[in-house]
Amino acid sequence: MSIDEKTVRKVAKLARLALPEDRVAPMAAELNGIMAWIEQLNEVDVEGVEPMTSAVEGLSLPMREDVVTAGNEPERVLKNAPKSEDGFFVVPKVVE
Amino acid sequence: MNDLTSLTLAGALDGMEKKQFSSVELTEAFIGAIDKANPHLNAYVVTTPDLARARAKESDAKRAAGKAGPLEGAPLGIKDLFCTEGVRTTACSGVLGEFTPTYESTVTENLFRDGALMLGKLNMDEFAMGSSNETSKFGPVVSPWRRGNEEAKLTPGGSSGGSASAVSADLCLGATATDTGGSIRQPAAFTGTVGIKPTYGRCSRWGIVAFASSLDQAGPIAKTVEDSAILLQSMAGHDPKDSTSLTDALPNFRAATQRSIKGMVIGVPEEYRVDGMPPEIEALWQQGIEWAKDAGATIKPISLKHTKYALPTYYIVAPAEASSNLARYDGMRYGARVAGKDLNGVYENTRASGFGKEVQRRILIGTYVLSAGYYDAYYLRAQKVRQRIAQDFRDAFESVDAILTPATPSAAFALGEKSADPVAMYLNDIFTVTANLAGLPAIALPAATDANGLPLGLQVIGKALDEESVFAVSAALEKSANFRAKPAKWWA
Repeated sequence: MSIDEKTVRKVAKLARLALPEDRVAPMAAELNGIMAWIEQLNEVDVEGVEPMTSAVEGLSLPMREDVVTAGNEPERVLKNAPKSEDGFFVVPKVVE
Repeated sequence: MNDLTSLTLAGALDGMEKKQFSSVELTEAFIGAIDKANPHLNAYVVTTPDLARARAKESDAKRAAGKAGPLEGAPLGIKDLFCTEGVRTTACSGVLGEFTPTYESTVTENLFRDGALMLGKLNMDEFAMGSSNETSKFGPVVSPWRRGNEEAKLTPGGSSGGSASAVSADLCLGATATDTGGSIRQPAAFTGTVGIKPTYGRCSRWGIVAFASSLDQAGPIAKTVEDSAILLQSMAGHDPKDSTSLTDALPNFRAATQRSIKGMVIGVPEEYRVDGMPPEIEALWQQGIEWAKDAGATIKPISLKHTKYALPTYYIVAPAEASSNLARYDGMRYGARVAGKDLNGVYENTRASGFGKEVQRRILIGTYVLSAGYYDAYYLRAQKVRQRIAQDFRDAFESVDAILTPATPSAAFALGEKSADPVAMYLNDIFTVTANLAGLPAIALPAATDANGLPLGLQVIGKALDEESVFAVSAALEKSANFRAKPAKWWA
Protein backbone atom coordinates (compact mmCIF):
# COMPACT_ATOMS: atom_id res chain seq x y z
CA MET A 1 0.00 0.00 0.00
CA SER A 2 1.73 3.11 -1.19
CA ILE A 3 0.94 6.49 0.34
CA ASP A 4 0.27 9.10 -2.33
CA GLU A 5 0.22 12.87 -1.90
CA LYS A 6 -3.54 12.93 -1.62
CA THR A 7 -3.39 10.54 1.33
CA VAL A 8 -0.70 12.64 2.99
CA ARG A 9 -2.91 15.73 2.73
CA LYS A 10 -5.88 13.80 4.10
CA VAL A 11 -3.95 12.35 7.04
CA ALA A 12 -2.43 15.76 7.84
CA LYS A 13 -5.94 17.20 7.87
CA LEU A 14 -7.15 14.43 10.21
CA ALA A 15 -4.16 15.07 12.49
CA ARG A 16 -4.74 18.84 12.39
CA LEU A 17 -1.22 19.52 11.15
CA ALA A 18 -0.70 22.31 8.65
CA LEU A 19 1.59 20.82 6.01
CA PRO A 20 3.10 23.34 3.59
CA GLU A 21 2.65 22.27 -0.04
CA ASP A 22 6.41 21.84 -0.56
CA ARG A 23 6.52 19.33 2.31
CA VAL A 24 3.81 17.04 0.92
CA ALA A 25 5.93 15.11 -1.59
CA PRO A 26 8.96 14.66 0.73
CA MET A 27 6.62 13.56 3.54
CA ALA A 28 4.98 11.00 1.24
CA ALA A 29 8.45 9.63 0.42
CA GLU A 30 9.43 9.48 4.12
CA LEU A 31 6.22 7.75 5.13
CA ASN A 32 6.49 5.26 2.28
CA GLY A 33 10.03 4.42 3.37
CA ILE A 34 8.85 3.66 6.87
CA MET A 35 5.69 1.84 5.82
CA ALA A 36 7.62 -0.33 3.33
CA TRP A 37 9.80 -1.48 6.21
CA ILE A 38 6.71 -2.14 8.32
CA GLU A 39 5.14 -4.30 5.58
CA GLN A 40 7.25 -7.27 6.75
CA LEU A 41 4.63 -7.80 9.47
CA ASN A 42 2.51 -9.43 6.75
CA GLU A 43 4.85 -12.44 6.93
CA VAL A 44 3.69 -13.28 10.46
CA ASP A 45 0.96 -15.87 10.91
CA VAL A 46 -1.52 -14.20 13.26
CA GLU A 47 -4.38 -16.62 12.64
CA GLY A 48 -6.36 -17.04 15.87
CA VAL A 49 -4.08 -14.73 17.89
CA GLU A 50 -5.78 -12.42 20.37
CA PRO A 51 -4.65 -8.80 19.90
CA MET A 52 -2.56 -7.61 22.85
CA THR A 53 -4.20 -4.54 24.32
CA SER A 54 -2.42 -4.34 27.66
CA ALA A 55 1.21 -4.76 28.66
CA VAL A 56 0.17 -6.53 31.84
CA GLU A 57 -1.63 -9.86 31.82
CA GLY A 58 -4.94 -10.08 33.63
CA LEU A 59 -5.06 -6.42 34.53
CA SER A 60 -8.58 -5.15 34.98
CA LEU A 61 -9.30 -1.48 35.22
CA PRO A 62 -9.91 -0.56 38.83
CA MET A 63 -12.98 1.47 39.75
CA ARG A 64 -12.82 4.22 42.31
CA GLU A 65 -15.51 5.69 44.52
CA ASP A 66 -17.63 8.18 42.61
CA VAL A 67 -16.75 11.10 44.85
CA VAL A 68 -15.11 14.46 44.35
CA THR A 69 -11.39 14.23 45.19
CA ALA A 70 -10.10 17.47 43.73
CA GLY A 71 -11.36 20.63 42.12
CA ASN A 72 -12.59 24.10 42.80
CA GLU A 73 -9.18 25.48 41.90
CA PRO A 74 -9.80 27.52 38.75
CA GLU A 75 -6.61 29.53 39.18
CA ARG A 76 -4.42 26.44 39.14
CA VAL A 77 -6.32 25.00 36.20
CA LEU A 78 -6.00 28.22 34.18
CA LYS A 79 -2.44 29.02 35.13
CA ASN A 80 -0.93 27.87 31.81
CA ALA A 81 -3.76 29.01 29.57
CA PRO A 82 -2.66 31.00 26.51
CA LYS A 83 -5.72 33.19 27.13
CA SER A 84 -8.21 33.27 30.02
CA GLU A 85 -10.78 35.61 31.51
CA ASP A 86 -13.07 35.52 34.57
CA GLY A 87 -12.20 31.92 35.39
CA PHE A 88 -12.67 30.66 31.83
CA PHE A 89 -10.43 29.58 28.96
CA VAL A 90 -10.81 32.01 26.08
CA VAL A 91 -10.90 30.14 22.77
CA PRO A 92 -11.42 31.22 19.15
CA LYS A 93 -15.00 31.59 18.01
CA VAL A 94 -16.46 28.11 17.41
CA VAL A 95 -20.07 28.85 16.38
CA GLU A 96 -20.88 31.47 13.76
CA MET B 1 37.20 14.20 49.95
CA ASN B 2 38.41 15.82 46.74
CA ASP B 3 35.58 15.51 44.29
CA LEU B 4 32.21 14.81 45.84
CA THR B 5 30.56 14.65 42.40
CA SER B 6 32.39 11.43 41.50
CA LEU B 7 30.74 9.51 44.34
CA THR B 8 28.11 6.88 43.77
CA LEU B 9 24.67 7.49 45.25
CA ALA B 10 25.28 4.78 47.86
CA GLY B 11 28.67 6.33 48.66
CA ALA B 12 27.22 9.84 48.97
CA LEU B 13 24.38 8.72 51.25
CA ASP B 14 26.93 6.88 53.40
CA GLY B 15 29.24 9.91 53.54
CA MET B 16 26.40 12.20 54.65
CA GLU B 17 25.31 9.69 57.27
CA LYS B 18 28.89 9.56 58.59
CA LYS B 19 29.00 13.39 58.63
CA GLN B 20 31.97 13.46 56.24
CA PHE B 21 30.16 16.16 54.27
CA SER B 22 26.74 17.78 54.20
CA SER B 23 24.07 17.82 51.52
CA VAL B 24 24.75 21.56 51.15
CA GLU B 25 28.40 20.85 50.30
CA LEU B 26 27.47 18.02 47.96
CA THR B 27 24.83 20.10 46.22
CA GLU B 28 27.21 23.05 45.84
CA ALA B 29 29.77 20.72 44.21
CA PHE B 30 27.18 19.61 41.64
CA ILE B 31 26.03 23.17 40.95
CA GLY B 32 29.65 24.12 40.25
CA ALA B 33 30.14 21.08 38.00
CA ILE B 34 26.97 21.84 36.03
CA ASP B 35 28.03 25.49 35.53
CA LYS B 36 31.27 24.32 33.96
CA ALA B 37 30.00 21.39 31.90
CA ASN B 38 26.54 22.36 30.75
CA PRO B 39 27.57 24.93 28.11
CA HIS B 40 29.45 22.05 26.42
CA LEU B 41 27.12 19.11 27.05
CA ASN B 42 23.66 20.77 27.02
CA ALA B 43 22.41 18.09 29.42
CA TYR B 44 20.24 20.41 31.54
CA VAL B 45 17.55 22.59 29.95
CA VAL B 46 16.58 24.18 33.27
CA THR B 47 18.76 24.46 36.36
CA THR B 48 17.29 25.16 39.77
CA PRO B 49 20.30 25.94 41.98
CA ASP B 50 18.45 28.07 44.52
CA LEU B 51 15.75 25.48 44.98
CA ALA B 52 18.42 22.79 45.33
CA ARG B 53 20.35 24.81 47.94
CA ALA B 54 17.21 25.39 50.00
CA ARG B 55 16.26 21.72 49.88
CA ALA B 56 19.80 20.64 50.78
CA LYS B 57 19.66 22.85 53.87
CA GLU B 58 16.37 21.26 54.88
CA SER B 59 17.83 17.81 54.31
CA ASP B 60 20.84 18.53 56.50
CA ALA B 61 18.49 19.67 59.26
CA LYS B 62 16.39 16.53 58.89
CA ARG B 63 19.43 14.29 59.04
CA ALA B 64 20.72 16.11 62.13
CA ALA B 65 17.32 15.53 63.75
CA GLY B 66 17.53 11.81 62.99
CA LYS B 67 14.73 12.03 60.44
CA ALA B 68 16.65 11.26 57.26
CA GLY B 69 14.74 9.55 54.44
CA PRO B 70 16.36 6.84 52.29
CA LEU B 71 17.55 9.43 49.74
CA GLU B 72 17.99 12.36 52.14
CA GLY B 73 19.99 15.17 50.60
CA ALA B 74 20.81 13.32 47.36
CA PRO B 75 20.96 15.71 44.35
CA LEU B 76 19.31 14.23 41.26
CA GLY B 77 18.53 15.33 37.72
CA ILE B 78 14.96 15.01 36.45
CA LYS B 79 14.12 14.27 32.82
CA ASP B 80 12.01 17.06 31.32
CA LEU B 81 9.17 14.57 30.72
CA PHE B 82 8.28 14.60 34.45
CA CYS B 83 5.98 17.38 35.60
CA THR B 84 7.62 19.34 38.40
CA GLU B 85 5.50 21.79 40.31
CA GLY B 86 6.56 25.37 39.64
CA VAL B 87 9.44 24.36 37.34
CA ARG B 88 9.05 24.55 33.55
CA THR B 89 8.28 21.20 31.92
CA THR B 90 8.10 21.02 28.14
CA ALA B 91 9.07 17.46 27.09
CA CYS B 92 11.60 19.52 25.09
CA SER B 93 8.84 20.43 22.63
CA GLY B 94 7.88 23.85 21.33
CA VAL B 95 4.21 22.99 21.59
CA LEU B 96 4.30 23.19 25.40
CA GLY B 97 5.71 26.72 25.33
CA GLU B 98 6.66 27.76 28.86
CA PHE B 99 4.34 25.20 30.51
CA THR B 100 4.88 25.27 34.26
CA PRO B 101 2.99 22.51 36.05
CA THR B 102 0.88 23.28 39.10
CA TYR B 103 1.33 19.70 40.26
CA GLU B 104 4.09 17.14 40.77
CA SER B 105 4.46 13.79 38.98
CA THR B 106 4.05 10.81 41.29
CA VAL B 107 7.57 9.54 40.58
CA THR B 108 9.25 12.83 41.49
CA GLU B 109 6.95 13.25 44.46
CA ASN B 110 8.05 9.80 45.68
CA LEU B 111 11.71 10.75 45.28
CA PHE B 112 11.24 14.04 47.15
CA ARG B 113 9.24 12.25 49.87
CA ASP B 114 12.32 10.08 50.43
CA GLY B 115 14.59 13.14 50.72
CA ALA B 116 16.02 13.53 47.21
CA LEU B 117 16.44 17.01 45.76
CA MET B 118 16.40 18.26 42.18
CA LEU B 119 19.28 20.07 40.45
CA GLY B 120 17.27 20.80 37.31
CA LYS B 121 15.45 19.40 34.29
CA LEU B 122 17.28 17.20 31.81
CA ASN B 123 17.29 17.45 28.04
CA MET B 124 15.68 14.71 25.94
CA ASP B 125 14.34 13.96 22.49
CA GLU B 126 11.08 15.85 21.88
CA PHE B 127 8.27 13.87 23.55
CA ALA B 128 10.84 11.08 24.05
CA MET B 129 10.76 10.33 20.32
CA GLY B 130 14.30 9.64 19.23
CA SER B 131 17.41 7.59 19.84
CA SER B 132 20.09 10.28 19.71
CA ASN B 133 18.69 13.29 21.58
CA GLU B 134 18.80 15.31 18.36
CA THR B 135 15.06 16.07 18.20
CA SER B 136 15.01 18.30 21.31
CA LYS B 137 13.76 21.84 20.88
CA PHE B 138 16.76 22.87 22.98
CA GLY B 139 19.32 21.23 20.69
CA PRO B 140 21.19 17.94 20.99
CA VAL B 141 22.89 16.70 24.13
CA VAL B 142 26.60 16.01 23.70
CA SER B 143 28.05 12.87 25.23
CA PRO B 144 30.98 13.37 27.61
CA TRP B 145 32.60 10.42 25.81
CA ARG B 146 34.85 10.84 22.79
CA ARG B 147 36.41 8.41 20.32
CA GLY B 148 40.00 8.31 21.52
CA ASN B 149 41.46 11.78 21.02
CA GLU B 150 38.96 12.84 18.35
CA GLU B 151 36.91 15.95 19.02
CA ALA B 152 33.83 14.80 17.06
CA LYS B 153 30.68 15.23 19.14
CA LEU B 154 29.02 11.92 19.94
CA THR B 155 25.42 11.25 20.90
CA PRO B 156 24.68 10.11 24.44
CA GLY B 157 21.75 8.19 22.94
CA GLY B 158 18.10 8.97 23.42
CA SER B 159 15.55 9.76 24.35
CA SER B 160 16.97 10.10 27.88
CA GLY B 161 20.20 11.63 26.53
CA GLY B 162 20.34 14.41 29.12
CA SER B 163 19.92 11.90 31.95
CA ALA B 164 22.68 9.64 30.60
CA SER B 165 25.07 12.47 29.83
CA ALA B 166 24.55 14.11 33.23
CA VAL B 167 25.07 10.90 35.22
CA SER B 168 28.09 9.91 33.15
CA ALA B 169 29.69 13.37 33.49
CA ASP B 170 29.07 13.51 37.27
CA LEU B 171 26.47 16.30 37.01
CA CYS B 172 24.09 14.52 39.42
CA LEU B 173 24.15 11.38 41.57
CA GLY B 174 21.45 9.77 39.47
CA ALA B 175 18.60 10.75 37.21
CA THR B 176 15.05 9.89 36.32
CA ALA B 177 14.42 8.66 32.80
CA THR B 178 11.67 6.98 30.79
CA ASP B 179 11.72 4.08 28.36
CA THR B 180 9.15 3.48 25.62
CA GLY B 181 11.35 1.50 23.20
CA GLY B 182 14.77 1.66 24.83
CA SER B 183 15.07 5.27 25.96
CA ILE B 184 16.61 4.37 29.33
CA ARG B 185 18.76 1.43 28.29
CA GLN B 186 20.23 2.62 24.99
CA PRO B 187 21.56 5.93 26.44
CA ALA B 188 22.84 4.06 29.50
CA ALA B 189 24.72 1.65 27.21
CA PHE B 190 26.17 4.55 25.19
CA THR B 191 27.48 6.38 28.26
CA GLY B 192 28.80 3.66 30.56
CA THR B 193 25.94 4.08 33.03
CA VAL B 194 23.26 1.72 34.38
CA GLY B 195 19.62 2.07 33.40
CA ILE B 196 16.66 -0.08 34.35
CA LYS B 197 13.17 -0.12 32.91
CA PRO B 198 11.02 -1.95 35.45
CA THR B 199 7.95 -4.09 34.73
CA TYR B 200 5.18 -2.07 33.07
CA GLY B 201 3.08 -0.60 35.87
CA ARG B 202 5.76 -0.52 38.59
CA CYS B 203 6.21 3.25 38.31
CA SER B 204 3.17 5.47 38.09
CA ARG B 205 2.79 7.32 34.80
CA TRP B 206 0.82 10.09 36.49
CA GLY B 207 2.38 13.45 35.73
CA ILE B 208 4.73 12.05 33.08
CA VAL B 209 4.04 13.60 29.68
CA ALA B 210 2.48 10.71 27.72
CA PHE B 211 4.07 9.32 24.56
CA ALA B 212 2.77 5.74 24.05
CA SER B 213 0.82 4.78 27.13
CA SER B 214 0.96 0.98 26.81
CA LEU B 215 4.76 1.12 26.52
CA ASP B 216 5.94 4.10 28.61
CA GLN B 217 7.70 3.25 31.88
CA ALA B 218 9.84 5.38 34.15
CA GLY B 219 13.10 4.18 35.67
CA PRO B 220 16.45 5.51 36.83
CA ILE B 221 19.80 6.04 35.13
CA ALA B 222 22.55 5.64 37.72
CA LYS B 223 26.25 4.99 38.17
CA THR B 224 25.97 1.42 39.49
CA VAL B 225 23.47 -1.42 39.63
CA GLU B 226 23.10 -0.86 43.37
CA ASP B 227 22.39 2.86 42.85
CA SER B 228 19.73 2.01 40.27
CA ALA B 229 18.09 -0.35 42.77
CA ILE B 230 18.07 2.33 45.48
CA LEU B 231 16.47 4.86 43.11
CA LEU B 232 13.89 2.44 41.72
CA GLN B 233 12.82 1.55 45.25
CA SER B 234 11.76 5.15 45.80
CA MET B 235 10.35 5.80 42.32
CA ALA B 236 8.13 2.71 42.14
CA GLY B 237 4.97 1.80 44.05
CA HIS B 238 1.23 1.72 43.61
CA ASP B 239 -0.53 4.96 42.70
CA PRO B 240 -4.33 5.18 42.57
CA LYS B 241 -3.97 8.07 40.10
CA ASP B 242 -2.67 5.69 37.39
CA SER B 243 -5.18 2.97 36.50
CA THR B 244 -2.38 0.75 35.11
CA SER B 245 -0.26 1.07 38.25
CA LEU B 246 0.46 -2.32 39.81
CA THR B 247 -0.75 -3.08 43.32
CA ASP B 248 1.91 -5.73 43.95
CA ALA B 249 4.18 -5.09 46.95
CA LEU B 250 7.68 -3.85 46.16
CA PRO B 251 10.47 -6.29 46.95
CA ASN B 252 13.75 -5.02 48.42
CA PHE B 253 15.62 -4.22 45.20
CA ARG B 254 18.91 -3.32 46.87
CA ALA B 255 18.98 -6.64 48.73
CA ALA B 256 18.49 -8.42 45.39
CA THR B 257 21.76 -6.95 44.09
CA GLN B 258 23.59 -8.97 46.76
CA ARG B 259 21.95 -12.25 45.80
CA SER B 260 24.03 -15.12 44.39
CA ILE B 261 23.17 -16.25 40.87
CA LYS B 262 24.50 -19.74 41.48
CA GLY B 263 22.10 -22.27 39.98
CA MET B 264 20.16 -19.70 37.96
CA VAL B 265 19.40 -20.51 34.34
CA ILE B 266 20.14 -17.69 31.91
CA GLY B 267 18.74 -17.75 28.39
CA VAL B 268 20.67 -16.59 25.35
CA PRO B 269 18.37 -15.89 22.37
CA GLU B 270 19.85 -16.83 19.00
CA GLU B 271 17.69 -14.24 17.21
CA TYR B 272 19.66 -11.40 18.82
CA ARG B 273 22.67 -12.32 16.69
CA VAL B 274 21.69 -9.86 13.95
CA ASP B 275 23.21 -9.30 10.51
CA GLY B 276 26.00 -6.77 10.46
CA MET B 277 26.51 -6.82 14.22
CA PRO B 278 30.08 -5.64 14.93
CA PRO B 279 32.41 -8.42 16.17
CA GLU B 280 33.07 -6.47 19.37
CA ILE B 281 29.39 -6.68 20.32
CA GLU B 282 29.47 -10.42 19.68
CA ALA B 283 32.64 -10.70 21.81
CA LEU B 284 31.05 -8.63 24.59
CA TRP B 285 28.04 -10.94 24.64
CA GLN B 286 30.27 -14.04 24.78
CA GLN B 287 32.21 -12.42 27.63
CA GLY B 288 28.95 -11.81 29.50
CA ILE B 289 28.03 -15.48 29.06
CA GLU B 290 31.42 -16.53 30.52
CA TRP B 291 30.98 -14.19 33.50
CA ALA B 292 27.54 -15.62 34.21
CA LYS B 293 28.95 -19.16 34.07
CA ASP B 294 31.82 -18.20 36.38
CA ALA B 295 29.26 -16.92 38.87
CA GLY B 296 27.57 -20.31 38.88
CA ALA B 297 24.72 -19.77 36.41
CA THR B 298 23.79 -22.21 33.67
CA ILE B 299 23.46 -20.90 30.12
CA LYS B 300 20.64 -22.12 27.92
CA PRO B 301 20.16 -21.26 24.24
CA ILE B 302 16.59 -20.09 23.67
CA SER B 303 14.52 -18.91 20.74
CA LEU B 304 12.51 -15.69 20.60
CA LYS B 305 11.45 -16.18 17.05
CA HIS B 306 9.43 -13.04 16.45
CA THR B 307 12.27 -10.73 17.49
CA LYS B 308 12.79 -9.30 13.99
CA TYR B 309 9.18 -8.11 13.92
CA ALA B 310 9.44 -6.19 17.18
CA LEU B 311 10.60 -2.87 15.71
CA PRO B 312 8.05 -2.73 12.88
CA THR B 313 5.36 -3.63 15.44
CA TYR B 314 6.59 -0.85 17.70
CA TYR B 315 6.49 1.65 14.82
CA ILE B 316 2.78 1.01 14.46
CA VAL B 317 1.76 0.73 18.11
CA ALA B 318 3.83 3.65 19.43
CA PRO B 319 2.90 6.23 16.75
CA ALA B 320 -0.77 5.17 16.97
CA GLU B 321 -0.83 5.78 20.71
CA ALA B 322 1.21 8.95 20.29
CA SER B 323 -1.16 10.38 17.70
CA SER B 324 -3.99 9.93 20.21
CA ASN B 325 -2.04 11.22 23.20
CA LEU B 326 -0.72 14.24 21.36
CA ALA B 327 -4.20 15.26 20.16
CA ARG B 328 -4.44 17.24 23.42
CA TYR B 329 -1.94 19.83 22.18
CA ASP B 330 -4.45 22.09 20.51
CA GLY B 331 -3.27 25.43 21.90
CA MET B 332 -6.40 25.99 23.97
CA ARG B 333 -5.51 25.13 27.58
CA TYR B 334 -1.72 25.37 27.63
CA GLY B 335 1.24 25.87 25.37
CA ALA B 336 1.78 28.39 22.62
CA ARG B 337 -1.31 29.20 20.54
CA VAL B 338 -0.73 30.27 16.94
CA ALA B 339 -3.39 32.28 15.09
CA GLY B 340 -5.29 30.88 12.10
CA LYS B 341 -8.16 31.79 9.80
CA ASP B 342 -10.65 29.71 11.80
CA LEU B 343 -10.64 27.21 14.68
CA ASN B 344 -9.17 24.41 12.55
CA GLY B 345 -6.61 26.87 11.27
CA VAL B 346 -5.57 27.65 14.85
CA TYR B 347 -5.21 23.94 15.61
CA GLU B 348 -3.26 23.24 12.45
CA ASN B 349 -0.90 26.19 12.81
CA THR B 350 -0.36 25.66 16.53
CA ARG B 351 0.54 22.03 15.99
CA ALA B 352 2.63 22.57 12.86
CA SER B 353 4.74 25.24 14.52
CA GLY B 354 4.93 23.55 17.93
CA PHE B 355 5.85 19.98 16.97
CA GLY B 356 9.24 19.14 15.47
CA LYS B 357 9.83 17.08 12.35
CA GLU B 358 10.13 13.62 13.91
CA VAL B 359 7.07 14.16 16.11
CA GLN B 360 5.01 15.29 13.10
CA ARG B 361 6.19 12.26 11.15
CA ARG B 362 5.07 9.93 13.93
CA ILE B 363 1.73 11.67 14.38
CA LEU B 364 1.09 11.21 10.65
CA ILE B 365 2.07 7.51 10.74
CA GLY B 366 -0.14 6.98 13.79
CA THR B 367 -3.08 8.79 12.24
CA TYR B 368 -2.64 6.82 9.03
CA VAL B 369 -2.54 3.37 10.66
CA LEU B 370 -5.59 4.19 12.76
CA SER B 371 -7.60 5.71 9.90
CA ALA B 372 -10.64 4.07 8.35
CA GLY B 373 -9.70 1.23 6.02
CA TYR B 374 -6.22 0.72 7.46
CA TYR B 375 -6.96 -0.08 11.10
CA ASP B 376 -7.21 -3.87 10.63
CA ALA B 377 -4.30 -4.12 8.21
CA TYR B 378 -1.91 -2.23 10.44
CA TYR B 379 -2.96 -1.54 14.01
CA LEU B 380 -4.88 -4.75 14.71
CA ARG B 381 -2.21 -6.87 13.01
CA ALA B 382 0.51 -5.15 15.04
CA GLN B 383 -1.36 -5.88 18.28
CA LYS B 384 -1.49 -9.55 17.26
CA VAL B 385 2.21 -9.67 16.43
CA ARG B 386 2.82 -7.98 19.77
CA GLN B 387 0.99 -10.91 21.40
CA ARG B 388 3.30 -13.32 19.52
CA ILE B 389 6.35 -11.48 20.82
CA ALA B 390 5.04 -11.55 24.40
CA GLN B 391 4.22 -15.26 24.01
CA ASP B 392 7.82 -16.00 22.89
CA PHE B 393 8.98 -14.53 26.20
CA ARG B 394 6.36 -16.40 28.25
CA ASP B 395 7.49 -19.66 26.63
CA ALA B 396 11.17 -18.89 27.20
CA PHE B 397 10.62 -18.02 30.85
CA GLU B 398 9.16 -21.49 31.43
CA SER B 399 12.75 -22.73 31.48
CA VAL B 400 15.00 -19.72 32.20
CA ASP B 401 15.24 -17.19 35.06
CA ALA B 402 16.63 -14.30 33.04
CA ILE B 403 17.78 -13.49 29.50
CA LEU B 404 21.16 -12.02 28.54
CA THR B 405 21.67 -9.97 25.37
CA PRO B 406 23.75 -7.02 24.16
CA ALA B 407 22.06 -3.69 24.96
CA THR B 408 22.67 -2.01 21.60
CA PRO B 409 23.90 -3.14 18.17
CA SER B 410 26.81 -0.67 18.26
CA ALA B 411 28.66 1.87 20.39
CA ALA B 412 27.60 5.55 20.36
CA PHE B 413 27.61 7.25 16.96
CA ALA B 414 28.38 10.85 16.06
CA LEU B 415 25.73 13.56 16.12
CA GLY B 416 24.23 13.93 12.65
CA GLU B 417 25.43 10.50 11.53
CA LYS B 418 22.00 8.84 11.42
CA SER B 419 19.53 11.70 11.54
CA ALA B 420 18.86 11.62 7.77
CA ASP B 421 17.46 8.07 7.74
CA PRO B 422 14.59 7.41 10.16
CA VAL B 423 14.71 3.61 9.77
CA ALA B 424 18.49 3.46 10.42
CA MET B 425 17.86 5.48 13.58
CA TYR B 426 15.00 3.21 14.65
CA LEU B 427 17.27 0.12 14.39
CA ASN B 428 19.19 1.36 17.44
CA ASP B 429 16.42 -0.02 19.63
CA ILE B 430 16.43 -3.50 18.11
CA PHE B 431 17.53 -5.23 21.34
CA THR B 432 15.57 -3.07 23.78
CA VAL B 433 12.14 -2.66 22.21
CA THR B 434 11.03 -6.26 22.83
CA ALA B 435 10.92 -5.74 26.62
CA ASN B 436 8.59 -2.74 26.15
CA LEU B 437 6.21 -4.66 23.91
CA ALA B 438 6.11 -7.54 26.42
CA GLY B 439 6.04 -5.23 29.49
CA LEU B 440 9.12 -6.88 31.04
CA PRO B 441 11.82 -5.48 33.33
CA ALA B 442 15.21 -5.00 31.67
CA ILE B 443 18.49 -3.37 32.64
CA ALA B 444 21.50 -2.12 30.67
CA LEU B 445 24.89 -2.10 32.36
CA PRO B 446 28.36 -1.16 31.12
CA ALA B 447 30.56 -4.18 30.46
CA ALA B 448 33.47 -3.18 28.20
CA THR B 449 34.87 -0.51 25.93
CA ASP B 450 35.34 -0.77 22.17
CA ALA B 451 38.53 -0.13 20.18
CA ASN B 452 37.89 3.64 20.45
CA GLY B 453 37.42 3.51 24.20
CA LEU B 454 33.63 3.90 24.04
CA PRO B 455 31.39 2.01 26.47
CA LEU B 456 29.42 -1.07 25.41
CA GLY B 457 26.52 -2.43 27.42
CA LEU B 458 24.90 -5.75 28.21
CA GLN B 459 21.17 -6.17 28.81
CA VAL B 460 19.45 -8.50 31.28
CA ILE B 461 15.70 -9.10 30.77
CA GLY B 462 13.54 -10.65 33.50
CA LYS B 463 10.07 -12.08 33.97
CA ALA B 464 7.25 -9.66 34.70
CA LEU B 465 7.57 -8.48 38.33
CA ASP B 466 10.94 -10.20 38.75
CA GLU B 467 13.24 -7.18 38.92
CA GLU B 468 15.06 -9.05 41.69
CA SER B 469 16.56 -11.59 39.27
CA VAL B 470 17.44 -8.75 36.91
CA PHE B 471 19.29 -6.95 39.71
CA ALA B 472 21.00 -10.16 40.91
CA VAL B 473 22.29 -11.11 37.46
CA SER B 474 23.33 -7.59 36.50
CA ALA B 475 25.13 -7.05 39.82
CA ALA B 476 27.06 -10.30 39.29
CA LEU B 477 28.01 -9.25 35.75
CA GLU B 478 28.96 -5.77 36.98
CA LYS B 479 31.33 -7.31 39.51
CA SER B 480 33.06 -9.41 36.85
CA ALA B 481 33.15 -6.62 34.29
CA ASN B 482 34.69 -4.24 36.82
CA PHE B 483 34.02 -1.37 34.41
CA ARG B 484 36.06 1.61 35.59
CA ALA B 485 36.38 3.75 32.46
CA LYS B 486 35.26 7.38 32.84
CA PRO B 487 35.12 10.08 30.18
CA ALA B 488 37.91 12.65 30.40
CA LYS B 489 36.47 15.96 31.63
CA TRP B 490 37.57 17.83 28.52
CA TRP B 491 35.27 20.76 29.30
CA ALA B 492 36.83 21.52 32.71
